[in-house]
Amino acid sequence: MGSHHDEYQVQRGKILTKPFFVLLALVVIGFSLIAYRFFAGVGAVTGLSDGYPWGIWIAYDVATGTAFACGGYALALLIYIMNRWKYHPLIRSAILTSVFGYCLAGFSVMVDLGRYWNAYGFFLPQRWQGNSVMFEVALCVMSYSMVLIIEFLPAVLYTLEHSKWRRVREWANWLHPRLIPDTETLQSGLNAVSKVAGHVQIRLDKILIFFIVLGMTLPSMHQSSLGSMMIIAGDKLSPLWRTGFLPLLFLLNCIFIGYATVMFESILSSYGFKRKFEVHELAGIARIVPWIAGIWMTVRFGDLLWRQQLPNIFAFDLNSCFFLLEVALIGGGGFLLLSNKNRHSPRLLFVSAALLMLGGGLYRFNVYLIGFNPGPGWSYFPSTAEFLITAGIIALEILGYMVLVKIFPVMPNPKKHYEVEEQEALHPVGDAVPGNVYAGK
Amino acid sequence: MRSQSRRDFLKLLGLTGAACLAGTGTLSAAEGPAGSETAIAMLYDATKCVGCKACMTACKRVNFDQNNLSYEHLGSDKDQLWDAPLDLSGNTRTVIKLYKESPTRWSYVKHSCMHCTKPGCVSACPVKAMTKDSVTGVVSYNKNACIGCRYCQVACPYGIPRFQWDKAIPQIVKCDFCKETNLKEKGVPACAETCPAGAITYGKRKDLLVEAHRRIEESPDRYIPKVYGEKEVGGANHLYLAAFPFNKLGLPDLKEASPAEFSEHIQHTIYKGFIAPVALYGALAVIAMKNKKGQEKLGHGEDD
Ligand code: SF4
Ligand code: SF4
Repeated sequence: MGSHHDEYQVQRGKILTKPFFVLLALVVIGFSLIAYRFFAGVGAVTGLSDGYPWGIWIAYDVATGTAFACGGYALALLIYIMNRWKYHPLIRSAILTSVFGYCLAGFSVMVDLGRYWNAYGFFLPQRWQGNSVMFEVALCVMSYSMVLIIEFLPAVLYTLEHSKWRRVREWANWLHPRLIPDTETLQSGLNAVSKVAGHVQIRLDKILIFFIVLGMTLPSMHQSSLGSMMIIAGDKLSPLWRTGFLPLLFLLNCIFIGYATVMFESILSSYGFKRKFEVHELAGIARIVPWIAGIWMTVRFGDLLWRQQLPNIFAFDLNSCFFLLEVALIGGGGFLLLSNKNRHSPRLLFVSAALLMLGGGLYRFNVYLIGFNPGPGWSYFPSTAEFLITAGIIALEILGYMVLVKIFPVMPNPKKHYEVEEQEALHPVGDAVPGNVYAGK
Repeated sequence: MRSQSRRDFLKLLGLTGAACLAGTGTLSAAEGPAGSETAIAMLYDATKCVGCKACMTACKRVNFDQNNLSYEHLGSDKDQLWDAPLDLSGNTRTVIKLYKESPTRWSYVKHSCMHCTKPGCVSACPVKAMTKDSVTGVVSYNKNACIGCRYCQVACPYGIPRFQWDKAIPQIVKCDFCKETNLKEKGVPACAETCPAGAITYGKRKDLLVEAHRRIEESPDRYIPKVYGEKEVGGANHLYLAAFPFNKLGLPDLKEASPAEFSEHIQHTIYKGFIAPVALYGALAVIAMKNKKGQEKLGHGEDD
């Protein structure tokens, strides 16, 4: 993200909106149930059993949620490796989404862990178990969450440095006689914060590229390992999904899901915040997606053919139906984006992004849950509490995103897009864009 | 100056990678396959078992505290007089079940950990809470390391490890040959010590294998000609003889290849010596830095 600060702007608007309170309610419900889980045990709030030790918290929050959070990773590959800098303005919002996706995946793991207080074992070398796929995933995901936060830091530092601290000052004035005896100290304190932030920012800018590269290496590692994770389930996993290619399939899968999320999130937030659609950039991204989805399909079907599993596709039992749904969603989403006209329509971009996310997510869900059969006598369906906890965590993700884009310069600044004239000539819409709201400028 | 510090940074990363390599290297070496000469085992002969469940009660009595177990009462048992588990669970490490084909043809079967030669649970566990003793081959569980992730449950082909779902401070429960209890005190697992029918034989795995095959040869009409646990997913230290196909007794049909071995093979191919990740980082860093420089030259990069 480096020093391209005026590529981004703070989204103007009230923080305490109606959606804010709706989401907050979901968060509160979810977190009360989480609190209950810590007193009553995992079994009291979930539909899990010894046959199905992992439910939607792992299959959705972790395995699928981190793929939805791969926008930052996928965009970074595009920008830094494929040298497409015009997408740079999109990366901050993608990274912010990733921060929430990954940190909250980590959080739901802590809710799921039975003996969470022993989790510090991951930091004790004598307990490291190099053969364990989960060990690799855990370390990578933890480091990547840190890296994501570091990648987001410039936005925070910039704000700290350039902020006029209007709100803080208002509060201070209001509190003035009661709590904060003299505004002078506050003033110099705030000045100091700005100065320090400015200093740190310059240094961080210099080394940020190393973290950015780490932010491309770590997801390549753990996203493929998320696939390897289920290889050990052996015969419990349906042959429609059990293959040595799981790591490769998961890696490709998270890349196209990553681009789809960038498209989805950009269109949704343009719509929600009444900004102009970033159609031009998104069309460019959308052009790559069918290719990656296509390679994924080729590996998928090539592998099934090789393992002589193709006849099972049309068995029309539960597994086969979910398989067909997964393939249809991904195929459909990819297919829509083959046409140049579709790629320039926000509506179709949105639809295909949604299809790809649903299909790509379903693939992961299938590997972790639907295709998993521990033998006769076991069944699993998530309990209401399990759903509500997951809903609370997702609500927190959206809530955090909505609040932070109104505090930090995250959203792309339409005035600074490279192809800005071309784009405006093509789509002379969107004068709702607020003008002079670049952070600090 | 700038590229100098970059190079230093890369060097540092290379060293970190090398350290990781050394670390994982010693890890896997220390864990080599358990000695087939020294491995201890149990042979359960279903045709001798009379279904008295003495082994179950002995197991629970002996390992009650170590595993923080509870008794399991049936709904009809209003006075809670009987411990009557229906299956393995967070309270029960071994269970006797009845398979009934007809009023005259039936068999008991004992379920508990198979103590695999290449155990999925050990391979899966991220924090070494499941370990296999390299001499005795006993697969045991350490609750003080366990994080309760239940990956061992996903990985076990027999569905053995159980979790205490109803406890706020839960643990994984599975047979460990009474490693810390009866075996330590009396040199024999409690079930084998207690069995009044001679259905459980305890000893060296290689001797028990010979014994099992001898029994099959001696009375071919009594047994189906297979020792369960000899080859399943790479073999186990818990061997079975029975008069019925094992899958009817709830012991799954498994291939000889171990999924744990396959998974480790893939993981090790990708992460061998940590070379691939370090190389990936290096390559990405070179490309990204070149692109970034080019970008800065174009004047798009800097604005401050
Ligand atoms: S039977 Fe299951 S729990 Fe026992 S050693 Fe084998 S994999 Fe581990
Ligand atoms: S639940 Fe415990 S023993 Fe099982 S894999 Fe996780 S940490 Fe290891």
